[in-house]
Amino acid sequence: MNTRYETVIGLEVHVQLTTATKIFCGCSTAFGQAPNSQTCPVCLGLPGALPVLNREVVNAAIKAGLATNCRIAPYSIFARKNYFYPDLPKGYQISQFELPICEHGWLDIGGEEFAAKRVGITRIHMEEDAGKLLHGSSAGSLVDLNRACTPLLEVVSEPDMRSAAEAIAYLKQLHQIVVYLGVCDGNMEEGSFRCDANVSVRPVGQVELGTRAELKNLNSFRFIKQAIDFEVERQIELIEDGGKVIQETRLFDPDAGVTRSMRGKEQAHDYRYFPDPDLLPLEVSDVWIDEVRAALPELPGQKRQRYEEALGLPAYDAAVLAAERPVAEYFDALVVLHKNPKLCSNWVMGEVLGAVKENDVAIVDCPVTPTLLAGILKRIEDNTISGKMAKTVFTTIWQSGKSADEVIAEKGLKQVSDSGALDAIIDEVIAANPTEVAEYQGGKDKLMGFFVGQVMKASKGKANPGLVNQLLKERLSA
Amino acid sequence: MKISEQDVAYVAGLARLSLTPEELKTMTGKMDAMLGYVDKLNELDTDAIVPTAHAVPMANAFRGDQVIPSSGSAAALANAPQGTDGCFQVPRVIE
Repeated sequence: MNTRYETVIGLEVHVQLTTATKIFCGCSTAFGQAPNSQTCPVCLGLPGALPVLNREVVNAAIKAGLATNCRIAPYSIFARKNYFYPDLPKGYQISQFELPICEHGWLDIGGEEFAAKRVGITRIHMEEDAGKLLHGSSAGSLVDLNRACTPLLEVVSEPDMRSAAEAIAYLKQLHQIVVYLGVCDGNMEEGSFRCDANVSVRPVGQVELGTRAELKNLNSFRFIKQAIDFEVERQIELIEDGGKVIQETRLFDPDAGVTRSMRGKEQAHDYRYFPDPDLLPLEVSDVWIDEVRAALPELPGQKRQRYEEALGLPAYDAAVLAAERPVAEYFDALVVLHKNPKLCSNWVMGEVLGAVKENDVAIVDCPVTPTLLAGILKRIEDNTISGKMAKTVFTTIWQSGKSADEVIAEKGLKQVSDSGALDAIIDEVIAANPTEVAEYQGGKDKLMGFFVGQVMKASKGKANPGLVNQLLKERLSA
Repeated sequence: MKISEQDVAYVAGLARLSLTPEELKTMTGKMDAMLGYVDKLNELDTDAIVPTAHAVPMANAFRGDQVIPSSGSAAALANAPQGTDGCFQVPRVIE
């Protein structure tokens, strides 16, 4: 990377909302239905059909705005964005231009590769999606308008990011937030969370921004990073060779790992925005905003902070547990039942996440519920079972749904913590291994592990390892 | 404000209209007259007036998030000049 240049990145994210119906009509938004089966005169743009705003879309916009520290506008309006394309039946997209619903927000990002910083959010506005174009084997292009009029939030950032790593950190955080809020399913492959990146470079120290390219077709975090890295290199090389960056839209080609100019879209966009006379202005009262605020879930950033500060967990644990809302909710339920946060965290991050992944089930459907897991942890802490034995108990509960105490009793897994019983086993082990005993007493301390292993084996794993260690030390040093 | 033939040709291009040289001339005269009329408004002092976003003094017309049965693809395609496999067929566009 050439250090004489600074990269400047601004991001536009389209968040597809999880409402049951479209933004301006009652057609279903379900994905993957037969082409054009979910259409009506409104979303087909037939003459005389009138759009009516879905109130739930406004709720989603207010939620997203509050969660990203935006000011919610008391008064906002819809506008027509005029252009021709076969996937846009009306010849205009209903969007917001002047007076969007949310403005002046921010997100704080942090990461290993850069210093923590605040990224500004210029605005969030509501708009309708276009239809889908299919370029199959037929002579023409095919148009499916099921997606037309599907509700989107467009989240526009300030050009505050200086590297692909910062851009990814911002996007991951925004992604986490909208998924936590339940306003978006977050599926990037299906296009529920789409990102365009405005990328430019400038000599270090220059105040004015360089000419930017707008990168499209970035449908995974990995592609976004690849596209930005490629584009930065391309622009720097171009400038170094005496060329000039032109403002244009460039498509990322994931197979080749390059961005390519989109020919044919070079003419300057002139969308001739004007207020849509079909839609009344939107007024959002303080009461409405307060209602939405009161119903907001605890957000990932707040959870991380609580896990670290109130529960004393390491930052790594907090980040893993808070990353997905169902995981965080499982952990929250568990830690209420068993008040040892670090033990809870270890088990959720280890056994629980491992098992749900291996068995391909959602954590909400995990057969070992927080209540059942709390039963296991209780028996670890009171030394009824060893941590190792607890894993067997976990697996058995996964299959049977029984409680930890039932499994321990049925399988006879109760740990032997009675020193009398252990003494007998230790006697046998010492008698059976005279060579090792001599070597140990001759200074080969590493053999302690061997003795513990022999005792554990003889007790069929039921001996309390801590106690075994202690007793062995006493006996062998005698 | 004076509308030029260039302005009219540009707007016609955005609207995908092709105008003959005579039409361009006629339209330029007509648009200039129309916008000249609107220009009269500039004689008023509108500094203290809130821009009108809508002709009707109302706000907040909503619908609930309830699914209403769609018209279906047969109805959607009924007036389409060309359709294939439930889709509208248009001249090929390449991105």
